Amino acid sequence: MLYLTRKAEFSASHYYHNPEFTPEENRRIFGKCNNPNGHGHNYTLEVTVKGEVDPRSGFVVDLKQLKEIMHREVLDAMDHRFLNKEVPEFLHRIPTTENLAIIVWRRLAAKLQSAMLHRVRVYETPDLFVDFYGES
Amino acid sequence: MKAHLSRRYRFSASHRLHSRDMSASENQSTYGKCNNPHGHGHNYTVEVTVSGPVDESTGMVCNLADLDRFIDKEVLARYDLENLNTLQEFARQVPTTENLCITIYELVQRGFTQAHLERVRIEETMMNSFEYSGDNLPRF
Repeated sequence: MLYLTRKAEFSASHYYHNPEFTPEENRRIFGKCNNPNGHGHNYTLEVTVKGEVDPRSGFVVDLKQLKEIMHREVLDAMDHRFLNKEVPEFLHRIPTTENLAIIVWRRLAAKLQSAMLHRVRVYETPDLFVDFYGES
Repeated sequence: MKAHLSRRYRFSASHRLHSRDMSASENQSTYGKCNNPHGHGHNYTVEVTVSGPVDESTGMVCNLADLDRFIDKEVLARYDLENLNTLQEFARQVPTTENLCITIYELVQRGFTQAHLERVRIEETMMNSFEYSGDNLPRF
């Protein structure tokens, strides 16, 4: 088994708000992240796939294909966007880094054919990141 | 849905690696420059990884502000700009980054209850890092 990791960067804005909470609860739980006008981050995404090395190509996965899928499913959808308003999954789900990792996983898992997704890591800042290893 | 959340913190401290159980020459040959009697310092980075189900109402494994507050109070306030050798926990054990890693892991595991502690990883320099995920074995 071999693991291959591809990185990408995107910049986006978001804010944290649960309509089921009172304004006071939202402010207490989410602090400054509750500012309704949003704020932004430079996110770094790390996608790790695993598999056996194909004896003919020497590849675990076609990196070009992985890169295209990451671009189409994640960067085109999220780069330079307001996550709460422009990414359908976040219309009714808070775009925390945890949820972002889960949504990126789901978007990629639906499109990756041969390679097995191992881990999605999302850095919100260099000092804060979330790892998601799948639904189970 | 379980996720792992990692947060990095920084502190600076000095230490000297010296074991009471070794002779002067053994200490010198084991620890080299780290045995310099006056000590030396590092800018440490501590990476704390916690895990748990993502709460549906908040989208979080745990509230980051709670984790930050705990680490600030219990770890950074304790170690930042200190000489590790002068602290109680290193009165009897050498303040290697291995021992520091275990000590901080146990401190977080005991005190931070909002999520499961997966791992503590410490970078002593950009070239050296140590990680501890706990075990059930006796330490000595």
